[in-house]
Amino acid sequence: MTHIKSLKSIYYTTKTSFLTIVFCFISVILFANQPSTNTIADTTSVGLDSEHANSNATHEESHGEEKFNINKTIMEHISDAHQWHLWAHTSLPLPVIIYTNKGIEVFSSAHFGHGEESHTYQGNYSYQLIHEKIKVVNEQGEVNPNIMVLDFSITKNVASMLLAVICLIIIFLSVSKSYAKRGVGAPKGLQSWIEPLIIFVRDDIAEPNLGKRTAKFMPFLLTIFFFIWFVNMLGLIPFFPGGANVTGNIAVTMVLAVITFIITNLNGKKTYWGHIFLPHVPWWLYPLMVVLEIIGIFTKPIALMIRLFANITAGHILVLSLVCLTFIFKSLTVGIVAAPFIVFISAIELLVAFMQAFIFTMLAALYIGMALEEPAPEAHH
Amino acid sequence: MELVTPSIGLLFWSSLSFFILFIVLTKFAWKPITKTLKEREDSIDEALKSAEIARLQLESLKTDNQRLLNEARVERDKLLKEANEIKDQILAKAKGDAKSEGDKMIAAAKEAIEMEKVNAMNQLKTQVAVLTVDLAEKILRKKMEDRSQQEVFVNDSLKNITLN
Repeated sequence: MTHIKSLKSIYYTTKTSFLTIVFCFISVILFANQPSTNTIADTTSVGLDSEHANSNATHEESHGEEKFNINKTIMEHISDAHQWHLWAHTSLPLPVIIYTNKGIEVFSSAHFGHGEESHTYQGNYSYQLIHEKIKVVNEQGEVNPNIMVLDFSITKNVASMLLAVICLIIIFLSVSKSYAKRGVGAPKGLQSWIEPLIIFVRDDIAEPNLGKRTAKFMPFLLTIFFFIWFVNMLGLIPFFPGGANVTGNIAVTMVLAVITFIITNLNGKKTYWGHIFLPHVPWWLYPLMVVLEIIGIFTKPIALMIRLFANITAGHILVLSLVCLTFIFKSLTVGIVAAPFIVFISAIELLVAFMQAFIFTMLAALYIGMALEEPAPEAHH
Repeated sequence: MELVTPSIGLLFWSSLSFFILFIVLTKFAWKPITKTLKEREDSIDEALKSAEIARLQLESLKTDNQRLLNEARVERDKLLKEANEIKDQILAKAKGDAKSEGDKMIAAAKEAIEMEKVNAMNQLKTQVAVLTVDLAEKILRKKMEDRSQQEVFVNDSLKNITLN
């Protein structure tokens, strides 16, 4: 049983880490160093607009439009923001909640304005939004690093996540109501759409790993599966209610991983702790093995955290890079060629959205299952 | 680096929203749904099992019926055979009886006929005797009407009687 489980674990880990490495490689190429990206952009624009090559920079500056910067565009799209960008220069202001040594303050992010230069908001201190971080500034506009600002704002990611939570609650309460109404009768409508997924989580994720303890952990696994999946899908919608890179944010995946970590270790049985502190190796290997096993406890959730984060972020980066191609080359032809690729990658991202939810849940179930493991028969050793 | 630095706000809100989602869905969705699913599976299982039992019962009923039918057929055959035998016996006995009865009757009839014959014969004899006597009387009377003849007769008779 242990061997099968660990084999499974290795299989999934290898598969997903391969994907992760590929995506990370792409993102590394794109973001490794800003100058090189700029050079590419520069040379291409030079190549295409050779007549305007000399006046290129000054020309654009005189029009008041900044030069297109792929790195900045993509980073803006995949990182968190205090405003929800709707279109062109229109953004939805979101509430800012900050805590300083003078207490909690709540105000609208509209006070910061939008664009490169943040307006100063006069609260308990003077605040400015610098690279999406709220900083205290003095009269001269210099950052005062001594005063710590804890930012609990409802950012784009938080808002998107809350929306997802509300949607999930509405969906599943309505499904639950259908169950209450129909009882053991055949499912209908939304219920019949959700039911195979619930059964999938139970029969293909929970039961092989948890056996007869399945029922206890089903709520957690179902919640984590549907949460990740829904949020992933929401992130793939390119316009307003979606588009936030929630599961591609390390904070979100960290929370999910930490919860899995806590559940795993709280349910750890004698065998589990025995494997860690009294591994079945010669005694003189103990210093090495125990340290490795203890590191192992932490690497599992860290792998969960990074896998989800990297996959989703990489997906967003890939789609955005393809979209940006058109703007780098400033050519309609490139756009027409890129469009099928964008559609193709987006379709793959739909699959990845499900895959990652499945893998996260699967591995969570696997880790919990390993922690719950009953003592193996003596003949085994 | 910024991409992999978790922000405190998002940590806080994700934990909070996940917990809310977890608690609400566990209480109002997952528990009732998984319970109903389990119940449904059990009921389907039970239905299948009882269908299997019913099938087996039907099958045994069928074999029972077949057995009964076979038994009935054998019984019928036996009964028919017996009936045939009885019929033959009765027929044979009846024939025998009828024959002996007939024989008896024929014998009785023969006897009666014999008796009647004897009777008739006797009567006939008597009748003949009477008629003969009458005739003889009449003849005699005719013959004996005159005295001479009577005398002749007496004389003759006397003649015959004498010496015996």
